[in-house]
Amino acid sequence: MTRPLLFRLKAGVALTAIVAQLAVAAGPASAFCGFYVAKADAKMFNKSSKVVLTRNGQETAITMASDYEGEPSEFALVVPVPTFIKKDQISVVDGRIVDHLDAYTAPRLVEYFDPDPCEARVMALAMSHVPVPTAALPQPAAPLYRGVKVEAQYDVAEYDVSILSAEESDGLVRWLTDNGYKIPGGAEPVIGSYIKQKMHFFVAKVNLKRLQQSGAAYLRPLQVRYETAKFMLPLRLGTVNANGPQDLIVYALTKKGRVESSNYRTVKVPSDVDVPLFVKDDFSNFYKATFEHAVAREGMHGVFVEYAWDMGWCDPCASEPLGKGELAELGALWDDGGDPIANRFSTGNAPFVTRLHVRYDAQSFPEDINFIETGDRDNFQGRYILRHPSNATEACAAAKAYRASLPARFKEQADNLANLTGWSKDDIAKRMAAAGQDISHVP
Amino acid sequence: MRRWWYDARHFQIVALASLLLVNFTWIDFGAKPLYSALAILSALATQFVCARLGRLPNIDLRSPLITGLSLSLLLRADAPWLPALAGVIAIASKFMFRVDGKHIWNPAGFAIVVLLLTQHGVWISPGQWGTSIWLAALLVFFAIMVLQAAQRSDIALFFLGSHSALLVARAVWLGDPLAIPLHQLQSGSLLIFAFFMISDPRTAPDSRLGRLLFAFAVAALGHYLAFFMQMRPALYVALIALSPLTLLLDRIIPAKRFAWIATS
Repeated sequence: MTRPLLFRLKAGVALTAIVAQLAVAAGPASAFCGFYVAKADAKMFNKSSKVVLTRNGQETAITMASDYEGEPSEFALVVPVPTFIKKDQISVVDGRIVDHLDAYTAPRLVEYFDPDPCEARVMALAMSHVPVPTAALPQPAAPLYRGVKVEAQYDVAEYDVSILSAEESDGLVRWLTDNGYKIPGGAEPVIGSYIKQKMHFFVAKVNLKRLQQSGAAYLRPLQVRYETAKFMLPLRLGTVNANGPQDLIVYALTKKGRVESSNYRTVKVPSDVDVPLFVKDDFSNFYKATFEHAVAREGMHGVFVEYAWDMGWCDPCASEPLGKGELAELGALWDDGGDPIANRFSTGNAPFVTRLHVRYDAQSFPEDINFIETGDRDNFQGRYILRHPSNATEACAAAKAYRASLPARFKEQADNLANLTGWSKDDIAKRMAAAGQDISHVP
Repeated sequence: MRRWWYDARHFQIVALASLLLVNFTWIDFGAKPLYSALAILSALATQFVCARLGRLPNIDLRSPLITGLSLSLLLRADAPWLPALAGVIAIASKFMFRVDGKHIWNPAGFAIVVLLLTQHGVWISPGQWGTSIWLAALLVFFAIMVLQAAQRSDIALFFLGSHSALLVARAVWLGDPLAIPLHQLQSGSLLIFAFFMISDPRTAPDSRLGRLLFAFAVAALGHYLAFFMQMRPALYVALIALSPLTLLLDRIIPAKRFAWIATS
């Protein structure tokens, strides 16, 4: 599926974050844990960046995508990296893979249908299927750029990439500014801090000529692979000129188990909650409000787990698990003990995916996020449940009791929704009544 | 008969048990009831068995209870036998590795380091405390320390002072805002480490100067391991690596040996 040419990039410097995205076709699917009906993918959050972080031992790959909008000529990316990067450690990734991972891990809405109370023992389970460069020579730095060393310059698909090291932040800021990177005021001390920590800088701009030649409709996510003891993501540059908080979604792919932050509190989003039926038509706003409410509850210091699962399966599936080819592109095909022909991993030896959602600004997240890989392979998903009452009109005794029990159940769903989202109980009651769930008579 | 509040361990048990209760009821730091019970019971059982084998005159279960509670609060595992093993390693180390009648390693710290280095299924969750509970814990631990001022818990302050000074010095060197070292200090496991591990009077150096030197050495090595080696359990590893140094410090700067039963 394609959309018209659209570069969704931020003018100026999109620090730590990039690139265009595609809408992924993910139709409805179902499974034993209720019918999957909707997902809350990253696109609903403004100013969000998506980073796939794969790690096995010290082997690390980060794939960066974002929804920033703007002219491609204005696109720029500056990312501190822990080591020098060679050309073969950089690539572009098909944006659809990141979108697939986003869809697979998205918080989801599922629905159940109450059985006819008069035939309570008959359970029907319906199943359906899921639709399914050339390297430039390093240039010597001009004396103006004191201490700055352009370690290498590469052409990587539609990007011009430079790897820089520096001794002084002012020299580096001057180099970046003169080379068309709009560095906001206030970035210099942060850059200085990274320089002292012996970080290199991976900087990229779009080469319009190659972009046109390639005929690509979208800027693709950039991927960098390296070995490092540092298991972290540099956030700080991104907070320097931000207007208000930003969202970052990290899809961590690891071998052993769930990833959590070692310096911020990692919290699961509320899950497995029954909500009123009208949420089905407003799931996007529902999840946005639920997430915002959860962020506020943690005083904006939390890192939220939206999904943690063995990549071999899902239940219910918001989208199918990624195939081995896709995982290899993301840098997560380490060693594969399974069937060499099968595209999928079997459960248990697949990479473990943790989707972490962070809303951050400079005040609430002063320090870069450090991570730790745990041995926890317990599955978790952000999952919200609709329960459709039975329409049966027969008049057996069970049906009478069943119908009498419904208003109390609706009331509970209303309370759940108010607790999750902070929405007013009156509004919820009105919207429920409009959807046929009357709770006006429940005390 | 001595009054119960003469023994710092009683306050420590109440404080740690309250934290564990907070974990189960209010703010989840990641401790699970079954795993906590296994760590505590195995520590108690190991103490019982070792005391019998060593023919100790009486079996005191207060120290192993503190060890079990500390393990529950700090160590995470993916299988129930791991916390049980942690309790055994912790207490057995106390009986096995002794010099001059003093054990070398803090039992909980030793078990955490041994398991982290040898087992895939264990990890620590240092980021899981909220700031509200951090402040409350700091105040309570500090109050306990003041109440028990005689019992050489000055090392907790020496350590927190050294550790904070190093974090602030690093921030100044990097040109980072002070919000960063302040955020780094707001770790619940740091408090447990400072008030219950490095300050374990049975393994801390006997002299005040020895404790000051030791606390600084642990903070410095921990700083190096955390920031230059990117090691997450840096402080535990630093403490266990440097603990044999206390034997040397006790020889060079001798002082009165500590015993829990000071008066009777």
